[in-house]
Amino acid sequence: MQSKVSNNRLAAILSDGFLGLYFIFALFPLLWMVLVSLKSGEELFTTQFVFTPTLENYQAILFGDPRAAAGVVARQEFPRFFMNSLIVSSGAVVLSLLVGVPAAYALARYRFRGKEDLAFTFLSFRFAPELVVIIPLSVLYRQLGLYDTYWGIIWVYQLVTLPLLIWVLRSYFEDVSPDIEQAAMIDGYPWWRIFWSILLPLVRPGLAAAALLAFVFAWNNFIFALVLGGSNVQTVTVSALGYISSAQAFFNRMAAASVLASIPQIVLALSIQRYLIRGLSFGAVKG
Amino acid sequence: MEENIRPPFAVRARPWFIALPALLVLIGILYPFLTAIYYSMTAYALNRPGSVDTFVGLRNYVRMFTSEDFLYSTYITFAYALLATGIELVLGLIVAMLLNRDSRLAKIFTPTLIFPMIIPPVIGTLIWKMMMQPSVGILNPMLNAVGLPSLQWAAAPETALFSVLLVDIWMFTPFVALILLAGLRSFPSAPFEAARVDGASFWFTFRNLTLPMLSPFIIIVVVFRLMDSLKMFDIIFAMTEGGPGNTLMTYQLTAYRTSIQFQRLAQGLPYAILLYIIIYVTSMYLIKAWGRAQRRAAGY
Repeated sequence: MQSKVSNNRLAAILSDGFLGLYFIFALFPLLWMVLVSLKSGEELFTTQFVFTPTLENYQAILFGDPRAAAGVVARQEFPRFFMNSLIVSSGAVVLSLLVGVPAAYALARYRFRGKEDLAFTFLSFRFAPELVVIIPLSVLYRQLGLYDTYWGIIWVYQLVTLPLLIWVLRSYFEDVSPDIEQAAMIDGYPWWRIFWSILLPLVRPGLAAAALLAFVFAWNNFIFALVLGGSNVQTVTVSALGYISSAQAFFNRMAAASVLASIPQIVLALSIQRYLIRGLSFGAVKG
Repeated sequence: MEENIRPPFAVRARPWFIALPALLVLIGILYPFLTAIYYSMTAYALNRPGSVDTFVGLRNYVRMFTSEDFLYSTYITFAYALLATGIELVLGLIVAMLLNRDSRLAKIFTPTLIFPMIIPPVIGTLIWKMMMQPSVGILNPMLNAVGLPSLQWAAAPETALFSVLLVDIWMFTPFVALILLAGLRSFPSAPFEAARVDGASFWFTFRNLTLPMLSPFIIIVVVFRLMDSLKMFDIIFAMTEGGPGNTLMTYQLTAYRTSIQFQRLAQGLPYAILLYIIIYVTSMYLIKAWGRAQRRAAGY
């Protein structure tokens, strides 16, 4: 009996030890990013953890670098890139909501031929290699004048946001008992009133969480804006590469930009924690 | 009689009518997809106007299959995907089981689990690239501190794959752990209580209870991780753009380099289309397997 108890304690200590190691691996890079973003150019090349923190990197990327020598790119365009990311990501989510919510409802509530094929086609967007669509679009967008425009990026971001919204919302709609709608139908309400005034309010928390998660994925996207966008719509993710390819001296600037580009994501993810599992698994796992 | 049972057209068409806006977007996505198939059978190069009209049949596909880099590209695409998925699955399962205990450490850390996977992949990769950097980096000093020699990480062909895999594992193990943790928490406690009372060993419970009940969740995780790592672009591009040399030239990177960077649009497309077919077939198969596993786990 005695040995069993101490065995259990040993197992608990080993488990916590392994978990602790894993979380150092998971969180250290993020901590280091914050540290580097607070280092001045002179202290960048020391690996010490004790240093005089400075906000000059944040100042430089937000308001321009007063000490930038001639010929050196003063990377103060970050606010513009941030706005670009904000515009295309929210635009993509709004468009996906407008077209995706009704589609999710139709897929959840109606039986019709080809329904599962249609649902799977939307899902296959999520898994398709982006370049199959991007390469021809790089030609088409130049012909249509959509290259390097907000509309062009918002349209192609539907590959990211639409499958997520349709599949997650479909699972939320399916959770609502059809009895409620049938009762309203017997009372003589038309289907669109039932959808708008009864069903939609019931799934509102899930809807909001799915929309925020779609926003996160749109924001994180890289390849679409890399190929189909130029300087007009350059997003935070595309611009981040610029800091590292120019010169070493910009490492701390890049770290500051990374922190600013990551904070919205972390805040959003924490705010929808309860709905995260279902969102991340496209409705397959009801966490 | 037939007419009485069959609902009026307006009712039958209603789901299509409701889904119409989404169908329009669908067409807007499928159209470029079909153009891609057409372009792949032409001699289209962006720097040669008019080349789009030269139809060459399957020449670009033959060229891909007979190219000397094709076998290596296939190898690196699958090596990356299978290693990343496999390691993340094992590590994620261990982390999920350790988090599913009554431990204060687990409670504190669980909310931070999502951090690596929720920040933009490009930015996560750049952080690692910075940590691997010889002058400002921190990984080599850490290796040296425990008596190990410095590595060249992604800059050397021998360690390039290891370096990008490390980033992938860092970024997506939390996804695996979160989904599997949700699975573990959804289990009824009765079978586990019974096993404990009967004195079943940890391995017996794990093999005969945990793993079978977890199988639908494992398949979901594999669908997402395998498909995403087969087409991984962000991590490899931000780390080395496919280099050094052609060390990390997967199908995706080859398609990008050929069609976009070298402007030989038609020549890169077969790589993207082949990858699409591989992903489509694999995901169909896995999603069917998921349906079966779900029914089995539910006891049908």
